[in-house]
Amino acid sequence: MRGLNRRTSAAITAIVILAIIIAIYLGGSLLPDSALKADFSQKALKPSVDHIFGTDYLGRDMFVRTIKGLSLSLTVGAIASCISALIALVIGTTAALGKGLIDHAINWFIDVFMSVPHTVLLILIAMVLDRGATGVLIGIALTHWCQLARIVRAEVLQVRSQQFVLASRKFGKSPFWIAKEHIFPHVIPQFFVGLILMFPHAIMHESGLTFLGFGLPPEQPAIGIILSEAMSYISSGAWWLAFFPGLSLVILVLLIDKLGSTVRYLLEPREAQM
Amino acid sequence: MRSIIIYIVRGITLVLAVAVLSFLLAHYSPVDPIRQYIQANPGVSQENVAKMAEYWGLNDPPMERFGKWFSSVLRGDWGYSTTYKQPVLEVIGIRFKTSLALMLTAWTLSGVLGFAVGCLMGVFRDRWLDKILKRICLVMCSIPTFWIGLVFLAFFSAILGWFPFGMAVPPGVPPESVTLGQRIHHLILPALTLSFLSFANLALHTREKLIDVFDSDYALFARARGYNDTQILFKHGIKNALLPAITMQFAAFSEIFGGSIFAENIFSYPGLGAAVSAAGTGGTDIPLFLGIVIFSACFIFVGNLIANILYQIIDPRTREGIKA
Repeated sequence: MRGLNRRTSAAITAIVILAIIIAIYLGGSLLPDSALKADFSQKALKPSVDHIFGTDYLGRDMFVRTIKGLSLSLTVGAIASCISALIALVIGTTAALGKGLIDHAINWFIDVFMSVPHTVLLILIAMVLDRGATGVLIGIALTHWCQLARIVRAEVLQVRSQQFVLASRKFGKSPFWIAKEHIFPHVIPQFFVGLILMFPHAIMHESGLTFLGFGLPPEQPAIGIILSEAMSYISSGAWWLAFFPGLSLVILVLLIDKLGSTVRYLLEPREAQM
Repeated sequence: MRSIIIYIVRGITLVLAVAVLSFLLAHYSPVDPIRQYIQANPGVSQENVAKMAEYWGLNDPPMERFGKWFSSVLRGDWGYSTTYKQPVLEVIGIRFKTSLALMLTAWTLSGVLGFAVGCLMGVFRDRWLDKILKRICLVMCSIPTFWIGLVFLAFFSAILGWFPFGMAVPPGVPPESVTLGQRIHHLILPALTLSFLSFANLALHTREKLIDVFDSDYALFARARGYNDTQILFKHGIKNALLPAITMQFAAFSEIFGGSIFAENIFSYPGLGAAVSAAGTGGTDIPLFLGIVIFSACFIFVGNLIANILYQIIDPRTREGIKA
């Protein structure tokens, strides 16, 4: 990328990563289910040119399963982190605007949520909702908003005490106008970056929960299901069953992280570093 | 002293809130406690079920039930675990002891190694060694515990055969004749798995702190007096970086507890983490699960409390009456 300035190359990075993510998503949803048919002549093959991730004990191609799993993870992660980010936005703004008691109450509430390990809380919520996709979605949405809510709160508080907000208030602008013209433009970039950075967490918790058996049902091609299946074949030496799907998940998470930091750089070039 | 008391009071309200919240969640869950108890026994008539519901107070309003449950929790009666056929408190006690060995090993390992690697990165900042280590740590931050556990198991146990396939002790050996060596042999892989995540976090955090130290005026002055980076590290760096590292490590109790659920499941290690998922899957053992939720909240609170107290002991500036 010699000859391009940093902003342009950051934009290109973001577009490339986005393209990869969309490709994974489309690949997973467009691949026909027949690609996952059991084929016992191809049982438990090591990775080769034909099956780059190998095949499982039912002869299914692990690459196809992985792509489908990642696509499902992306869907669940996207919905859950969007809901969670909205909760964070509402709660963070309320905490910052409501003075004193409301602020304290919300902070205390966030502490309550942080004082139990997320995994335990997730399992509890998933159990209450009788497991399945809704359980995972709501569980992740309800446990991930805390950090972003704090960021939003701090950001709103900081903007609110700025000179230009005080000036607008003295000019008699309504709180709604101030929120629309001053506060939202400042909070939205942070919010957006927070949303993207929440995404990998959501994906990871989804697979973790599914792995433990509290998440998506076993007939779904989720990464967690693949890994928990692989666990029973590990003692027979079938390392590729767990290795490649998990590695793909890690790479996807790293890509999204990179996307988040790139977007942050594009939105706030002065504060963020590449 | 006063701040610690305030902190403890705050912690108690948090644990209480966690208890209310989790009890209400369990109350509205579709799990039927009577069905759990009789375990689909066809010999129990509808009439007896109704009697049982009356006897257990299942028809009472939720807050009243919570009051009854919580007061017996305070008296030390945490209910009866249907999964393990033992009182909940006993299950938690036994399992926590097993878990503690694992968690403590992982915790110490990640603390010592993470701090050491962080120091290394700080001294070699922006040189190739630091760049490589930083990359590795950033990648490690994104690796889920359940996957790395499986990878360790596949390579070290299945392919290389260096370590056993999980469990805390060799199968078929009576508990009194298990040697310490065997126990440690079984502990290594789960502990490595569990220390993976907090190790990377701590190393990166320590690196940032040390870079701040090396950029400071007193480091510049030390350099002017002829100290090199290693000497500055031992004279100033460790003092300044150790405190946040300790705080972070104690605050990581939550992560360690969460991670132990995965690590213990993968390595079939009979600890508290394995009990969490067993309580959830094997017929949904609500009393045990609620007990673990409360216990984990207390555990994390104790971690944060220790961090708080240590902070005040180590750093005189944070003590009361002295304004920095």
